[in-house]
Amino acid sequence: MNNKDLMLQHPLAKYLRQERMPHIWCEGCGNGILLNSFLEALDELQLDLDNIVVISGIGCIGRAAGYVNVDSFHTTHGRAIPFATGVKLANPQLKVVVISGDGDLFAIGGNHFIHAARRNVDIKVICANNFNYGMTGGQYGPTTPLEAWTTTTPYGNIEHPFNLVHLAAASGAVYAARWTTLQVRRLKASIKKALQKEGFSLIEVISPCPEIYDRYNKLGTAVEVMKWFKLVSEVHKAYDPAKAVITKNRIIIGEFVDIEKPSYGRLLREMTAQVKEDLEGENTK
Amino acid sequence: MTPQKLWRKPLDAEKIGLPKAEIHVITDLCKGCDFCIEFCPKKVLEKSNKLNKRGAYPPKVVDEDNCALCSFCTAICPEFAVFTIEKERREGSESGEKQ
Repeated sequence: MNNKDLMLQHPLAKYLRQERMPHIWCEGCGNGILLNSFLEALDELQLDLDNIVVISGIGCIGRAAGYVNVDSFHTTHGRAIPFATGVKLANPQLKVVVISGDGDLFAIGGNHFIHAARRNVDIKVICANNFNYGMTGGQYGPTTPLEAWTTTTPYGNIEHPFNLVHLAAASGAVYAARWTTLQVRRLKASIKKALQKEGFSLIEVISPCPEIYDRYNKLGTAVEVMKWFKLVSEVHKAYDPAKAVITKNRIIIGEFVDIEKPSYGRLLREMTAQVKEDLEGENTK
Repeated sequence: MTPQKLWRKPLDAEKIGLPKAEIHVITDLCKGCDFCIEFCPKKVLEKSNKLNKRGAYPPKVVDEDNCALCSFCTAICPEFAVFTIEKERREGSESGEKQ
């Protein structure tokens, strides 16, 4: 606007690698909002940035690892969760956050996801769900709704999509929530809650993809998609994740699972200590 | 019969000054998605008609005094291009004055 604005910095600027800004995401893309909410959550919790690791897979949202000014890693397709598991087990002090997309986490990374949730590895998964593979031109993925038009389903999608929160709940996650990019405050609160919780957490963020998915499916501009989110999203608390549908007329959002369970890392450390103690006891006898 | 004003003034209205916002738009970062303009509850922002470096029309501040400092524009901006700062509005304090 004027010289005064150039001197002032955005309050979240210190969490971003300024040399990489502006980011590559399209105008109206939800990934920027997701990153904004995540950084606001970090800012409000005042966590030590040296203890945070952000890991991402491929795709548009995969760039998030390169933009946050904390230790981060951009893994190969689908391998964000195994990498995060290794990081968390090697250094239990770290807070490990996986920021990745639906295609990455649930297509090729699907098995990693369910087994990390089953073991209850203490990692936080934030999944940007834009219903397709946006970066490569809009191919259908595991979350593409029925009858949606993508470049690889030119007559409409005939595959049923995953219900991500139900998958997480059934696999044993201790925290599962779904928000759209419009509910920024609730999303931030959710991320804060997950960061303070022990165990496997999934936060699904339904995000507009104005240049690819929304354009092909004639959903309108990014603002129109956000207005659609406003119109059809229903906030529920502790709703049955099996019934949490995403259709044209209804998007069930809210916190679905919020339970306490000992994490894999803690059980592993306890067992290792116990076995060591037992062996030492046997040796001294 | 004329409708009566039913609302009353809060008891501490004179002690507590309303927060005054200062809205900053980093125009050259904006990609023109219009989220901040559309979802501002007080309609403080408006699309400007001046192109920025990136070929988008960034928002401009129309009515800064009306801003309720909810900072929703800051939270919803995907480009980290809008932010609000609270300025204290107290009589006699020089720091709170707008320059």
